[in-house]
Parts: sequence; structure tokens; C-alpha cells
Amino acid sequence: MSEVKNILLVGVGGQGTILASKILTSGLMEAGYDVKMSEIHGMSQRGGSVSTQVRYGDKVLSPIVGKGSADVIVAFETMEALRWLPYLKKGGSIVVNDFVINPAPVNQGQAEYPEGIIEDLAAKVKVVSLKAGDMATELGNPKAMNVVLLGALVKAIGTLDDVDWMKHIEKNVKPKFVELNKKAFQAGYDFK
Amino acid sequence: MAEKVIMSGNEAIARGAYEGGCVFASAYPGTPSTEILENMPQYKENVYSEWAPNEKVAAEAAIGASIAGVRSFCAMKHVGLNVAADPVFTVAYTGVTGGLVIISADDPGQHSSQNEQDNRNYAKAARLLMLEPSSSQECKDYMKMAFALSEKFDAPVLFHVTTRVCHSKGIVELGERVEADYIPYEKKITKYVSAPANAKKMRVNLETKLQMMEEYANTCEINQPEWHDKKIGVVTSGISYQYAKETFGENASYLKLGMTFPLPTKLIEDFCAQVEKVYVIEEMDPYLQEFLQIHGIECVGKPVIPTFDELNTDIVREALTGEVPESYESELKSVVRPPSLCAGCPHRGFFQAIKKKKNLMINGDIGCYTLGANAPLNALDTAICMGASLSMAHGASQAYKMVGAETKAVGVLGDSTFFHSGITSIMDSIYNQGHSISVILDNRITGMTGHQQNPGSGFTLMGKEAPEVDIPALLKAIGMKEENIHTVNPNILEEVDKALDACIATDEPSVIITRWPCVLKKFSQQDLDEFPTMNKHQCEIDQDKCKNCKMCVKTGCPALMSTKDKVEIDKTSCNGCTICKQVCPFNAISEVTR
Repeated sequence: MSEVKNILLVGVGGQGTILASKILTSGLMEAGYDVKMSEIHGMSQRGGSVSTQVRYGDKVLSPIVGKGSADVIVAFETMEALRWLPYLKKGGSIVVNDFVINPAPVNQGQAEYPEGIIEDLAAKVKVVSLKAGDMATELGNPKAMNVVLLGALVKAIGTLDDVDWMKHIEKNVKPKFVELNKKAFQAGYDFK
Repeated sequence: MAEKVIMSGNEAIARGAYEGGCVFASAYPGTPSTEILENMPQYKENVYSEWAPNEKVAAEAAIGASIAGVRSFCAMKHVGLNVAADPVFTVAYTGVTGGLVIISADDPGQHSSQNEQDNRNYAKAARLLMLEPSSSQECKDYMKMAFALSEKFDAPVLFHVTTRVCHSKGIVELGERVEADYIPYEKKITKYVSAPANAKKMRVNLETKLQMMEEYANTCEINQPEWHDKKIGVVTSGISYQYAKETFGENASYLKLGMTFPLPTKLIEDFCAQVEKVYVIEEMDPYLQEFLQIHGIECVGKPVIPTFDELNTDIVREALTGEVPESYESELKSVVRPPSLCAGCPHRGFFQAIKKKKNLMINGDIGCYTLGANAPLNALDTAICMGASLSMAHGASQAYKMVGAETKAVGVLGDSTFFHSGITSIMDSIYNQGHSISVILDNRITGMTGHQQNPGSGFTLMGKEAPEVDIPALLKAIGMKEENIHTVNPNILEEVDKALDACIATDEPSVIITRWPCVLKKFSQQDLDEFPTMNKHQCEIDQDKCKNCKMCVKTGCPALMSTKDKVEIDKTSCNGCTICKQVCPFNAISEVTR
């Protein structure tokens, strides 16, 4: 039985982690894996910290990714990478969006946004850092940031190149956004 | 080969209802149960589905449909079952005609709830046959099975799920719909009229049914031991099974119970007798554990396994094996990220205006506006349950009157919560001539749970146009004086302020209705006609005029990005509500066309 792989997509409510994980699980199913995915709805979506957990392998039991067990974490917001670091497996990697959303306590002047997160993470683990927001804006719509990050995630996972990801984008995205999102995925995938 | 699709537990429950021959479904939205009903309209050829104003109504409508002769279900979050408990306890006595399923979605860990309660206790208290799926596939299969079991035992079924079952996705193999027969209702007063003389006999009959159910539970296919190593035997149910199995793999045997009320005494005793050590792994209350202990079975469970919050494999593993996973840490500390009212949320204007008023006790309610309690608004004093704001404000206003205190009591709830259980509360205030201010934040939709239609929104779950409750007319009809009803645009602070002053000045019950749609709502033509300026503008800060005083930041709007030296407005989030512009003392903020 092959080992279960664990992926965490973390960010801030409204950043589109759910769509990215939907395309991811759709592709994993095509690749023949058993897949489970867990997300949190409701109150936590209103600008709070959110996570979508994806697990795949021959047979998946719990839908939740435990501490020290994520193969790859993709953080849609920089500080969220730091928050979820304890979930990374030894030797795992982090894809981090160089993109800051100040939490309320920082805006209210009650706390300071930690500086040097990406450097700190890179000193400990394998980090791919990209400005997915700028990349998506260049492609015509800043909201495609999530699919740029999905592209970078698929690249970081490394074993899913045979999946026809463009087909899964078509399946999960509104027709008028398909072309944009295909370009976004490719840009993230090709990022070095 | 059967089609396989990835489904959340909630989607799978909806599919199971369809496959199980269900004809009627009703619910009031509530996390984590909401998507069950949201997924029903796709089966509208076969199943009629609707949003009810509250869970009690949903349960009663489903009971009515069942007694009329079709398979039916109702769905609710755990606290919803408190609201629906009255009919549910008694339908356990009468039994059903068509199969009846009551779904309770619990929220261990309180991801989106005001409390944590283990509704398996309801099965025991009301004597309801209970099923507990542990995956999306089981959600579908058990749901399909539930209708047949309900008819077999002439009893309602409590379908118990939790957040991780509802909101996790897994692969589900689809099946065909069974066309259940319509069972024409026959008049039977002794069965369906639960007056004391009949109810006493029903109570006796229920004991007989329970014995038959237990016999079934001892041998049914969803209660079977899974034998591996016999050094450890795990008794478990629901999502906890997945955590247990992931912890011990084939180093333990499992008694995973799919049917957990009535519990199968013989099966449990036989299983436990064959293993060296028994672990009971379950979330929240020691429901299974206490049963084992009553039957003299030695076992390890609570408090080794935590008695509250949700479990996961890490927690189970650490509790029972002491193993802690290796992980990374950083010296940098992340800052908490509490949820907040959205940029452009129409509730912000109201809270911004009321927080300036002195001597108010502001009772909140359940919905997005509970976030009005968060800093920097800090504009609520209480939040207890659906509808409580208005009745608590009434009680407080009478108490303040009795002791001669100057404080004025306010209750604040949303449109959907008002329809849920706020109407009786405001009736209490009017009838008993209280002194409270009731505030209905009408954002034209049910917000927090993700935009479900309600009796005031003009549409039904299945997309049909519907009559709208006219809130001011309703209030007048139940005795609220016209001069005490103030309808305002919450995005104009001065309007809210004036209405508040008028309400504070009167000793009579008064009401403020704020009317402006949720910014995230998919706008109907009617919304576009009624609110033409909505989301047409954005705000901009003139950095030359800005003195960096942070008054705008104190509205708590997440579109305002504040650093030590300046404040900026994030173009991708601002929806142009202009609250920041109205509070700016230096006229540094202006409106620009989007």
C-alpha cells in the first residue's frame, strides 16, 4: 500500500483555496487515487484563517492532516505559512505566496506583522516563494492568484505531471474564466 | 460500473435521500448542515425541498409529510435540534407512515457554533433509532438505509453527523433511486393523536419497538466487528473510527458501530470478551463508554481521550500511545486572524453608529452580526441563541425599569433570525409594554450560512418567486405603533443615529429596521432596482489630506490597510459603503466610480 500524501492549502477566507483544492482533488481522482478533502465553512470564512486539507493514496482514512505530516503546504498568504509550519513533515516543502493581508489586530495597532517570514522559513525547509498576486494581475485578473498557486503546488508535489490539469480547470471553472485560469496554472507551474 | 464522484458528506446525504426514495425535505440552514438542503433542488423531479423559517417548523413539516405517507427528512445543526426537540420527542411515540429521518449535524470544536453539544444524547433521551456514518460513502448508504429502517420499525431515525463528516469530501459510488411506495395514510387516532390516554399506550409500545431495534442492532450489517490483532479492541463510531484506524491500523480489532441507538448489548459484550484491552474512542461525551461501564466492561476512554473539542489522529495517538509527531517550529510568532464583518457589510454602519451611544445594553444574536462584538467595534454585550436578542432586551428593559436604572436595552438580529424566532420575542415586548429597542438588520438574505433564501427574500429554495414578509406591516399588525418603527439605510450614519435617538427617547417598544443587501449576495433584479447605487463606487484616500489619525481604521473594515505611517484602501476589497468617508474628520476620503 502506497503511503498517504498530505497537502495543506492555507490562507485567508475569500482567497479561493476551496476552488484550488477542488481542481486538485478532481485531478487526483483521475490519477486513480483514493482522495479525501476537508474544509471549514461558516463563521471562519469571514476573513479568518482558513485551511483546506487534501489527502490521497491507495486508501485514505482520516480527512485531516496531522502535525508534522504535510508533504507540501501552499500558503496563499505569507503569515499563514508560518502559522501552519508545525504541520509540515520533516523534509517537506512550502509554496508561499509573497502576499500580505493584515489581520485585524495588526490594523488596529495591537500587534505587529512578523517580519522576515520567508527568509526564516527558507532557512529551515525547502521554500518556493512567488508573487502570485502580481502574476495573476499581469494575466488580467488578480483573482486568478489561487490557480497560479495551484500550478506552483502541482509542480512542488512533483509526481502529478501525467494528469491533464487543463481538463480539470475546464471542469471546475466558469467558462468565461477558463482561458485566464489555464494561463494562471501554467504561470505557476513554470515558475522557477 | 457504477459512477464514482467526489462528494462532501452533506452532498452524499442529499444523494442518499434521493436514492432512498425521499419525496419531502425541509431544513433551516445552520453550519455544518446547510449544504444538505442546498443540494436537494438538483433532485427536484423526485423530491420537493424547502427552507423552513426554523428547525421546529422543518421537523413538523417532515413529520406531516411522513404521516401523509411519503419518505421525508429534516436537517439541522446541533442547536437546531434544541429548537425542534418538542415534536421530535413525541414523534418517537407516534411513529411514522412513510420513513422519517431527522438529521443532526454536530459541531465538535465549535468551528461555527455558540456551543458544543453531543446530540447522541437526544437519541437516548427521546428513544430514537440512531445511525452514525463515518465517511461520505456511508453518508449516502446509511441515508438510503435510514428510510427503510424507519418504516421497518415504525420509528423516526436520528441521523447523527459531525462537522468533519459533513464537510470532508471523499469518493462515493452512486446508486439508483428506489421508488418507495406511497403508503396512503389511514385515520388512526390511537396512533397519531398523542393525548395522554393514547400516549400512555404508545409509551409501552415504544419499549417493544426498542427491543426489536436492539435485536436488529446486534446483527445488522453496519454493526460488525473488524478482526485483526486481538490485544486491543476499539469500540467506536462516526468519524472517530477513521482516527482510531489510522492510529492502530491492523494492530487492533474494531467494533465500528453504524447504528448507535439502541446499542447492541450482546454484540458489544461478545466483542469486548474476545480482546485483551478495550479502548472506547469517541468525540465529545462518553456516550459509548458509559454504556460499556454500565454493563461492567472495563475500558479506557475519557478522560484519557479529551472530553471536549474535536478529535483527530494526532490527539488519539498521543492519548493512547504517547507518540507525538516531529515537527518544525519558528521563533517568529503569527498573529491571530479573527473573522470580521466583510468590507462593505451593511451591519458595519449600524454598529459604528450604536457604539457611540452611552448607557445601552446591546443584546446580539446568531449570525454575521455576532461579529459586531469583535474589536474595534465591541458593540455587543450578549449573544446566546437564535432569537434571544429581542426577548433578552425585553427582559432586561423590564428589570432596569424595576430597579430604576437609566440603562436602555437593545436587541439586534438579522432578517432570517427574526423570522426564525424573533417574531414571538418582539410580540412579548409589545404585549407586555416593555421599553426595549429591537433592531432588525435586514440584509435581504441569510448571510452567515452562505446566502439561503428566507421568507423575506422573495424566493424559495427551489428558485420559485415567493411572497415576501413585509416586516413593518407585520410589526404594525402585532401592535407596534407606527411612529416607533424606523426603517433606515445603515450605510448613512446620520440616518441610523437619528433613529437611535428617537428610540432612546421613547419609553415604548420601538424598532429600527436597517435595509441594505449583504455585499456578497447574488443580487436579484429587485435588489438592483431597489438599491441602484449598490457596489457602484469605491473609496479612496487622498494621502495629502490624510493625517493618519486612524479614525477610519476604528470601523474595523478589512479593506483599510493600516501601517505606522499611513492608511490605504485595498481596491480589490472595497465595496464603497463610505462608512470610512463618513467618520473621517479631515475629508480625506472620497468616493470614486468603480
